[in-house]
Amino acid sequence: MSTESQPAISRDEVAHLARLSRLALDDAELDRYASQLDAILSHVAQISEVAADDVPPTAHPAELSDVLRDDVVLPSLTAEQALSGAPAVEQERFAVPQILGEE
Amino acid sequence: MSNTRTAGDITGLTAAELAGKIAARELSSVEVTQAHLDRIAEIDGELGAFLHVGAEESLAAAKAADDAIAAGEAPSGLAGVPIALKDVFTTVDAPTTCGSKMLEGWKSPYDATVTAKLRAAGIPILGKTNMDEFAMGSSTENSAYQVTRNPWDVTRIPGGSGGGSAAALASFQAPLAIGTDTGGSIRQPASVTATVGVKPTYGTVSRYGLVACASSLDQGGPCGRTVLDTALLHEVIAGHDPRDSTSIDRAIPDVVGAARAGATGDLTGVRIGVVKQLQGDGYQPGVVESFQAACKQLTDLGATIVEVDCPHFSYALGAYYLILPSEVSSNLARFDAMRYGLRVGDDGTHSADEVMALTREAGFGAEVKRRIMIGTYALSSGAYDAFYGQAQKVRTLIARDFAKAYQDVDVLISPTTPTTPFKLGEKVDDPLSMYLFDLCTLPVNLAGTSAMSVPSGLSSDDGLPVGLQLMAPAFGDDRLYRIGAAYEAARGPIG
Repeated sequence: MSTESQPAISRDEVAHLARLSRLALDDAELDRYASQLDAILSHVAQISEVAADDVPPTAHPAELSDVLRDDVVLPSLTAEQALSGAPAVEQERFAVPQILGEE
Repeated sequence: MSNTRTAGDITGLTAAELAGKIAARELSSVEVTQAHLDRIAEIDGELGAFLHVGAEESLAAAKAADDAIAAGEAPSGLAGVPIALKDVFTTVDAPTTCGSKMLEGWKSPYDATVTAKLRAAGIPILGKTNMDEFAMGSSTENSAYQVTRNPWDVTRIPGGSGGGSAAALASFQAPLAIGTDTGGSIRQPASVTATVGVKPTYGTVSRYGLVACASSLDQGGPCGRTVLDTALLHEVIAGHDPRDSTSIDRAIPDVVGAARAGATGDLTGVRIGVVKQLQGDGYQPGVVESFQAACKQLTDLGATIVEVDCPHFSYALGAYYLILPSEVSSNLARFDAMRYGLRVGDDGTHSADEVMALTREAGFGAEVKRRIMIGTYALSSGAYDAFYGQAQKVRTLIARDFAKAYQDVDVLISPTTPTTPFKLGEKVDDPLSMYLFDLCTLPVNLAGTSAMSVPSGLSSDDGLPVGLQLMAPAFGDDRLYRIGAAYEAARGPIG
């Protein structure tokens, strides 16, 4: 975790995070986010002070598991409704830009 | 500054009073709804609480409520009383934007369960209220569309993320409103606008059709100007929903009965804990003074007050700002420019992957991008154990602090916010300082328990609203209403 002298996160790491997050950030944003993320991560890193090795993690406050309904057909959206907000539609399907490379 | 808080004849009434007059046919729902639409037309240009107003749709719903009441078939105790809905719940007859350009103009093909329950109860929806983008923020300044101003001082924030709903209530544009509370987004706006807001127990108000911010923290809830009004709305929207797999199938406490019982004012035998960790440095003197006066009034009503130690609350902010962004980074991956919402750069020269990145860059605002990247970092293989994993363990310890405290006391109390509302623009470039404004409200979301903010008066140092936070165990929501109503009656009117 971070020390006084070393930033919690570098500008290059922020650029990598932006790629993973599918955010086409510009250079000015990268500069700004690098310093803001560093400040935020340095602050939240204080949770490392808490001795919690033997504490179970909580992913969720409601003690529920395997919530399944009966496997029966219920009314659902029509194709027209499901496609109603799509940026582009072709032949009753979502039309998307090219996914595979040119070769 | 114009006085945006002076109420007219109809708009000055509480929801309970309006419901009584509509049921007795002294007023029609159409008249009441029209009065609120007129009020919106008159003052919302200055305040900016609403992103969308549905005049025609709300009047049609009002007419239907009037017809049902005339036929002796009132659909609920709040039939005909109009409401403002946070723009994060889907509605088939109005856009749902979540304050984001990503969903500009988007109309859902289905209603949220909360929306459907309001419709079934005969509650006309006046419109959709402004919010921080995808509910991320503490001031509503992260809305991609407009600034919302605090009706008590239009140069100040109305709180966030549900600043639109709170401002609409405080300025008498709506007698009731719906918010969502992920880290305080109902309670904190309630506090800074002198209104009442409740974050119900996690799993008791359906998240179906509530556009997700952080799924393990998000909870819809009621907002009103009085504790009883808030209880009446709570009763309408709560309950098990098979369409939400995190909805708990258990009876909802009698919150309306508790609010009515509380209003008689006796708190003999009630034990209240003041959280040691939610006071001290950083709390504004006027807020502390108001909080101490509230403690005195609660004692005068017969309650016993003790100090309670919740040592891990000091780490709530750290845990929250790792868990929330982690869930956000996962949930907002759905905005991929393929199935709905914005698409940018689809000109034949960009791959799907590039279109995704260009769209998300154009469609998301700064705070959303920040949180997506923090979450992506916290969940990355090198940082997972030290950040997300450790935050989940701290979450367990915070829940244990609550559980231990509730062995000794019925409710816990604190100020809702450490200070009164800050100036618009003051913290826009300092996200960490903005996060600290939610210090007192975060632990409840991490534990999935219930809490209320009830106004405790105006701060003596700046004349701005202060909120008292009451916290109760899961399914102890009725305690909030009983104690909140007793306190409200003893406190008397504000401003």
